[in-house]
Amino acid sequence: MSVATHDHSDEHDAHGPEKGLMRWIRTTNHKDIGTLYLLFALVMLFVGGLMALVIRAELFQPGIQFVNPDFFNQMTTMHALIMVFGMIMPAFAGFANWMIPMMIGAPDMALPRMNNWSFWLLPFAGAMLLATLLMPGGGPASGWTLYPPLSLQAGDGFPFTIFSIHLLGISSIMASINIIVTILNMRAPGMTLMKMPMFVWTWLVTAYLLIGAMPVLAGGVTMLLTDQFFGTSFFQAAGGGDPVLFQHIFWFFGHPEVYIIILPAFGIVSQIIPTFSRKRLFGYDSMVYATASIGFLSYIVWAHHMFTVGMPLAGELFFMMTTMLIAVPTAVKVFNWISTMWRGSLTFETPMLFAIGFLFMFSIGGFTGLMMAIVPLDFQYHDTYFIVAHFHYVLVPGALFAALGGAYYWLPKWTGHMYDETLGKWHFWLSTIFVNLLFFPQHFLGLAGMPRRIPDYATQFTDWNLVSSIGAFGFGFAQLLFVWIVVQCARGGQKATSQVWDHPEGLEWTVPSPAPYHTFEEAPLVK
Amino acid sequence: MAERSSQRHFARHSNRSLTLRLVALAIGMFGFGYLLVPLYDLLCEITGIGGRNVQAVTAIPVAMDEQRTITVEFLASVNEYAPWEFAPAVTELAVHPGQLQTVKFRARNLTDHPLTGQAIPNVAPGGAAQYVNKTECFCFQEQKFEPQETRELVVQFYLDRNLPSYVDRVTLSYTMFVKSTA
Repeated sequence: MSVATHDHSDEHDAHGPEKGLMRWIRTTNHKDIGTLYLLFALVMLFVGGLMALVIRAELFQPGIQFVNPDFFNQMTTMHALIMVFGMIMPAFAGFANWMIPMMIGAPDMALPRMNNWSFWLLPFAGAMLLATLLMPGGGPASGWTLYPPLSLQAGDGFPFTIFSIHLLGISSIMASINIIVTILNMRAPGMTLMKMPMFVWTWLVTAYLLIGAMPVLAGGVTMLLTDQFFGTSFFQAAGGGDPVLFQHIFWFFGHPEVYIIILPAFGIVSQIIPTFSRKRLFGYDSMVYATASIGFLSYIVWAHHMFTVGMPLAGELFFMMTTMLIAVPTAVKVFNWISTMWRGSLTFETPMLFAIGFLFMFSIGGFTGLMMAIVPLDFQYHDTYFIVAHFHYVLVPGALFAALGGAYYWLPKWTGHMYDETLGKWHFWLSTIFVNLLFFPQHFLGLAGMPRRIPDYATQFTDWNLVSSIGAFGFGFAQLLFVWIVVQCARGGQKATSQVWDHPEGLEWTVPSPAPYHTFEEAPLVK
Repeated sequence: MAERSSQRHFARHSNRSLTLRLVALAIGMFGFGYLLVPLYDLLCEITGIGGRNVQAVTAIPVAMDEQRTITVEFLASVNEYAPWEFAPAVTELAVHPGQLQTVKFRARNLTDHPLTGQAIPNVAPGGAAQYVNKTECFCFQEQKFEPQETRELVVQFYLDRNLPSYVDRVTLSYTMFVKSTA
């Protein structure tokens, strides 16, 4: 892809951002909103992280040390809800806001005012969710899956939890609509669909998954609400309902959600690896088709989360097969990334380190996922720490590492300064060592039979829990280094060129660093 | 320049229609969430998951298959905070397919006022549900209890001789709920 050089015209610079705090509240600028999303996600990373540390502190030794079991359950539930809806999804929405218009040569998002609304719902939804911790009965304590009847035995905070999930859902649905309209309608002339950067492609599929899945969750939690307060019995056996129905509804949302979280990560890694391999992405077309297939398959595998709940043999076979089928397009992606690196002129700047770390550790999580796709094995793994280890491998060194890599990759473009490379590498290595110390022993614990979501455990699990807790605290503190690096980079440092890296591909590298407030008001020509 | 502004105009128009279509899709998927409720009921009906379609039968078995012995387990539980004492007289029974069996459960109202209860049955494994034939069951009607009354509740059932060969253990479970008095 060759691109006509974009001359930024001076006359538009007069429309700079508003001064003061109101800039951030009233902004419709995609870069401002992207920044807001990313900062919100960073704050939530530490809020959710703190909850994880409460969990790991309690599990450091057997016995009840610091918190009572009910509060422990609130911590596991809130940690998950905050990290999924408040941290990783807003983080990727931030990347989408910042990068998609710049990658496709659009001046802004298609629906800028709705964009403002999508973001500003988040802090209120997040605050409402956190406020439940202070209410009588405390926050939700039934796990993030909110299975009834347990979730219906919550305290006064229950309706607040439900409404905050509604708001978070509305926010991400609006963001998705915006992203789809932007991608389909605002591409620069010559930017055909099959020329779009992979990050844009993965977000296009993600946005469709969000629009398909989030409303189903909204419906499910609304049923919980009406069961509790309006006398319906969707999930109450006494009234002819069935609690297992909720599990189906939840996982019909829940499994696409898994790919909603990981697809943008795939996109970011697909941008980083070619740059630092100094090669084009291997197998671009197959990457696009693999992304689309994963999107489709994610809708027909949900019941693999509930093999032990009881379903006909044919159902178990069907969901086992379709689940294993997802490994095929995912493997296509992994092999393409490896092939991109093959005989490339590799350098290992921080973004590349995070991308390779992602590749390696995400694959570990993928393999354990395949293990539990096998029905008879899943009966052993179900609700053990093996599951915890699996999904944390795909979410933390998977999705979060991709987000961190993406942050390092585009930080010079956002701030106009290079970050401190030495500290960045320290951040990577500390994170990688501690994240493995944190989650790898949980495989052993799970296989040995330690159940998840418990504040106390049998003494034979002590040693690996101790190791895991040390890893958790190390990983948590290592992230403070990231905040320091970002602050330092925003305040100054070596000036970044407009290309930043060694001949990276993509329109975002044709505009100056830091990216001006308005870019591509005149559409670039993509050949 | 003129061409570009007309392009922008076109974009605004199609932005609106695409946005509306996507909003309609989101609303449609919200509806689909609710559609899953009847779909699930239908699926349970067809596959017999949860033993919901165990209906009263009047036919009496003609012969029993003495070659096969199936362990039938009985489980009684009460819903959260439901003020009953509720237990089966036997927890396990070896039966031959086609053999008519009667099992007693004992329930006691722990309160000092009259209570109406409804037992919700369930069968595990789900695949066996359609082969459990109940000629009589306390779960077919609501049960009225006087204050502190203790009563025996009766289930009469037989297993169909076509019970799949992989099944060697069937669980009949009953959960007692307070029927709303309103």
